[in-house]
Amino acid sequence: MQGTRKIRVLIAKPGLDSHDRGAKVVARALRDAGMEVIYTGLRQTPEQIAETALQEDVDVIGLSILSGAHKALFPRIMKLLKQKGLTDVMVFAGGIIPEEDIPELKKLGIKGIFGPGTPTETIIQFMLENVPERT
Amino acid sequence: MTKIEEIAKGVLAGNRRSIARAITIIENNTPEAQKLISLIYSHIGKAHIIGLTGPSGSGKSTLIEKIVREYRRRGKTVGVVAVDPTSPFTGGAFLGDRIRMQELSTDEGVFIRSMATRNYPGGIAKATKDAAKILDAAGKDIVIVETVGAGQSEVEIIKVAQTVVVIHAPGLGDEIQAIKAGLMEIADIFVINKADRENADKAVMDIQAILQLNNKEKTWETPILKTVALTGEGVPQLVEKLEEHRQFLKKEIEHKKSLLKAEAELIEAIKEKAATSIIEELRKEGKFEELLHQIQENEIDPASAAEKLLRGKFKKVVSNA
Repeated sequence: MQGTRKIRVLIAKPGLDSHDRGAKVVARALRDAGMEVIYTGLRQTPEQIAETALQEDVDVIGLSILSGAHKALFPRIMKLLKQKGLTDVMVFAGGIIPEEDIPELKKLGIKGIFGPGTPTETIIQFMLENVPERT
Repeated sequence: MTKIEEIAKGVLAGNRRSIARAITIIENNTPEAQKLISLIYSHIGKAHIIGLTGPSGSGKSTLIEKIVREYRRRGKTVGVVAVDPTSPFTGGAFLGDRIRMQELSTDEGVFIRSMATRNYPGGIAKATKDAAKILDAAGKDIVIVETVGAGQSEVEIIKVAQTVVVIHAPGLGDEIQAIKAGLMEIADIFVINKADRENADKAVMDIQAILQLNNKEKTWETPILKTVALTGEGVPQLVEKLEEHRQFLKKEIEHKKSLLKAEAELIEAIKEKAATSIIEELRKEGKFEELLHQIQENEIDPASAAEKLLRGKFKKVVSNA
């Protein structure tokens, strides 16, 4: 019987902002593109996000943040992922992230940053091109 | 050591990354999946596997979160497998059960995994059962499997769980009476959640009436419990009942049933392998194509055609056992 591999994506909301419409729009689009999407719900700590990514063995993590706390939270998240051995997971971000912060975030290892109004097709295309190969 | 042997070793040591990787291998049903299960098989059998099912809106995930907390209070470790449906059109899934349990994600004694039904040919039962086996082998005292509350799959859950909990809530729109008959029969424990609502007592009475109608020779009398998952009311009593059922299962009569279950599993596995190998061989014979055309023209029915093909290979061809 043939196996079925699916791309598993974690959509997470770090920090304290309560706006998840964008996150849910992306989550639904990814589901409609054939992926399995795990959504954490609001107000997640970096520890919760990293541990969830580990237990769910995800291929991709999408971080949605609108509170401006990305500079405080993202380095912590990336550090925890590394500590847990999740170095082959692709991380992208969305929400309210000023352009001047993008180079710093990319240096942390965040592969793509998508602001409000980005067409979901763009995000899907990006993911399909960048999702890491699993042996 | 091969990669699979490493992962198996990690599972048996309770390593969370290995557990996660192992479940992925099971989900993807790669050729190594079988090897993985065989490597951990002798270590399973210690966990209490509980299935929890019911319609959406009944509060399953909220209740499970409280149940897990209660078990943790009692010093037990818990694995949770939360199953949600795969879209038959897109092949994708939105796995949101975890939202209600997220506070537990940093508890080292709890492991939560979301699984999609993925339209496996045999239903989700096999993959979910193997995922539960992995959590069992990893040393979890309790494994809770939560499934979707609609369609065929909640009756399939009996193949996975030792104790089946069916949960409902008053005022969900569908009448209590509309609960599938199969679901009523497989419940070891019935829970009316959101019991602080007005028609909770009526719901209990409705269930009682149906359960009495179903009264076969049952050695375990299915209790009906009331809970309020949001506050945790009724949860300690529910966990007591779960423990009670576990003790009941340990008695001899259930031991016999599990032997029958093992036989059924073995036959299922034989069927799967035999069918694939035989069909492959039969396709190569010239007669296969010929019979296809005859079926198309309604000159022969499929069952007779199958018999013709098999008679060439087997001395005696029996029909469905």
